[in-house]
Amino acid sequence: MNFDFSEDQKFLKNEARKFLEANCPTSRVRKVLDANSSQEGATAYDEALWKAVAGQGWLGAAIPEAYGGLGLGHIELCAIAEELGRVVAPIPFASTVYFLAEALMLAGSDAQKAALLPKIAAGEVIGCVATSEGPGVLAASAIQASVSGGRLSGIKLPVTDGDIATHALVLAKENGQPGLFLVDLSAGVTRESLKTLDPTRDAARLTFDGAAAERLGGAGEGLSLLEQVTDRAAVLLAFEQCGGADRALEMAKAYALERYAFGRVIASYQAIKHKLADMYVKNELARSNAYYGAWALNTNAPELPVAASAARIAASEAFWFAAKENIQTHGGIGFTWEVDAHLYYRRSRQLSLVAGAPRVWKERLVSHLERRNAA
Amino acid sequence: MDFNDSPEEAAYRAEARKWLEANAPKKAVGGDDLEGGTKDTMPASKAWQAKKAAAGYAQITWPKAWGGPGGTPIQQVIFNAEEAKHPVPPNPFAIGLGMCVPTVMAFADEATKKRFVGPALRGEEIWCQLFSEPSGGSDVAAARTKAVRADDGSGDWIISGQKVWTTGAQFSNFGIVVVRTDPDVPKHKGMTMFWVDMGDPGIEVRPIHQMSGGSGFNEVFFTNVRVPDSQRLGAVGDGWKVSLVTLMNERLAVGGSSGAGWAEFMEAARGLTGLDGGPALKDQALREKIADWYVQAEGLKHTRNRTMTALSRGQTPGPESSIGKVVAATQMQDLANTAVEMLDQFGIINDPALSPLKGGFHASLMSAPGLRIAGGTDEILKNIIAERVLGLPGDIRVDKDVAFKDLPTGR
Repeated sequence: MNFDFSEDQKFLKNEARKFLEANCPTSRVRKVLDANSSQEGATAYDEALWKAVAGQGWLGAAIPEAYGGLGLGHIELCAIAEELGRVVAPIPFASTVYFLAEALMLAGSDAQKAALLPKIAAGEVIGCVATSEGPGVLAASAIQASVSGGRLSGIKLPVTDGDIATHALVLAKENGQPGLFLVDLSAGVTRESLKTLDPTRDAARLTFDGAAAERLGGAGEGLSLLEQVTDRAAVLLAFEQCGGADRALEMAKAYALERYAFGRVIASYQAIKHKLADMYVKNELARSNAYYGAWALNTNAPELPVAASAARIAASEAFWFAAKENIQTHGGIGFTWEVDAHLYYRRSRQLSLVAGAPRVWKERLVSHLERRNAA
Repeated sequence: MDFNDSPEEAAYRAEARKWLEANAPKKAVGGDDLEGGTKDTMPASKAWQAKKAAAGYAQITWPKAWGGPGGTPIQQVIFNAEEAKHPVPPNPFAIGLGMCVPTVMAFADEATKKRFVGPALRGEEIWCQLFSEPSGGSDVAAARTKAVRADDGSGDWIISGQKVWTTGAQFSNFGIVVVRTDPDVPKHKGMTMFWVDMGDPGIEVRPIHQMSGGSGFNEVFFTNVRVPDSQRLGAVGDGWKVSLVTLMNERLAVGGSSGAGWAEFMEAARGLTGLDGGPALKDQALREKIADWYVQAEGLKHTRNRTMTALSRGQTPGPESSIGKVVAATQMQDLANTAVEMLDQFGIINDPALSPLKGGFHASLMSAPGLRIAGGTDEILKNIIAERVLGLPGDIRVDKDVAFKDLPTGR
């Protein structure tokens, strides 16, 4: 047993941190934020950073060498995810790597894998996941999008990275049964940008009108396949959330140590000390759950659904708490556009909602535990 | 990251499992583990400890020089996990073996070490830690119990005063006690540590009647107790430094959560009527709470495991392990209260014959306030995390440079 990253993995993580500190300062993140928040044209992502990240080989970290990846493994990918979360990277990494690549590796045909995985690793393909069609929890019975004769019609929103993706994973009905489809977005789709809580990440409304769609997995297996893909993505997203939560705590600590009130640094008041201690406790619990998830993901353990749920719930809670209390620790200055605290507040919302809200995951977790304990 | 056993670990687990199957008790003797058991459970606890020691399963990481098997932290994790599957008796040895004896080992002479370590390991002798006083629980350095040199030139010390909240004192053969030896210097500088024989004349133990009904904690009165200088641990005036060694070990000794957990709650909720007439387990508010408790419990378990990995790599785990008790104690209170409220009006009844889990939730509810205070209050532990883990400034101390005798004392 070993409950930590290995020395090699720590080295990789450290190199990733150095690379991102140099290549993804918040000034870069803000270019995307400001462009998307202004009336003039939108910048959906930081293309130069995306290319640089591809150059590092990270997009293919967990993709086998036979398909153009580095073939490292998912623990390494988790290490990279944590570092991307720390710097709130404005790139479609999660959509492409955690969802599209994972779905292909899980259920793609040899031809699909051969066609797309090398391009994902090279940064030439951008993915997105299109499941939601409106407000409220995703319910299979309510899905309107449909596929007939290999052609998809319907409307999906919000689709993170929908403006820039080349390929989508779409949940749609075929012969009345939900299926998960791989859709080439080069034709048969209209895209409209959406205003979101986190303008450092893109989102769009996709209207499909006869787009070519290939089913992944067997007929009627769409929901279970989506659940498997989302379990895998949840662990990786949890590492991004842990990275963001740790960074928010560091920001709060740094500010509390330099800000004076009533003649001393505010970090010397118990109200602030205990707040930061609470952040630390939540961050550690999230990290420990994420590590267990990483192991389950990397080994395809039967515990993965439970481990992924726990990782996602703990990380969502930790990042939300750290992000909001970081602003509170800053006081008035933390409420300004100029201070980076809101970047983390925004990203914490994006990451908590993108693959299903925490209450959905809590229900999923308890259902798994119920079945496990009944058995 | 590998949460599976290596081949060696799997072999160790299989061996431990086999040994436990053959040797562990089949039936629980009762007693509240939070309080280390009662006089009725003590013989079973001692017998179990002796068996473990003989087989090399007591204090697995203790070096051979201390009479331990010299095992790894991971082996301890494995054995703990396997032992937890059996209804073993309460463990009244944790404080002694985890905190007191390591302090003795760090500061006593060879003969003293040789004398004590074996019997403690085998459960023949129990140790208690005499730190808290009526005048200072969180503020250990406020100790007023004093030791002065005997005036007969023997070099002996005479101890007088009172300790309180001493876990297991009524079952203990020995204790380590921190006392004031110089009231004319600031409080941290005028203390000294000794080990004492709890049977010595002048030591009186009075169990405390707790709000939970139990009596795991005690008051210990010292009336002119004569202690030879050879029982001193560390230099005169170094008592605070010595007690830090003890408390450092506390963070490793105070381990898992106790009381009913999410699984017991879930089982109870399955069989009770909920809001819409169906099982309470279908109530969404309760399901969300179960999820939160599960995630916390798993987080703590794996945090402990991470500490073990740090230990096995030769790193010193820091005060980050303080998060365990803060989370576990708060959860215990919340879970127990939610379970009792789930019973609706019936929750008022606190009777093992009528209440679910033989009154286990009710027992947790009434013990939880103690767990949030014992071994460092929630507030002190958060200070420790803030100061020693995050590096935030210490609280402003108005008593730091003042002679102990000049400090204001209040009640």
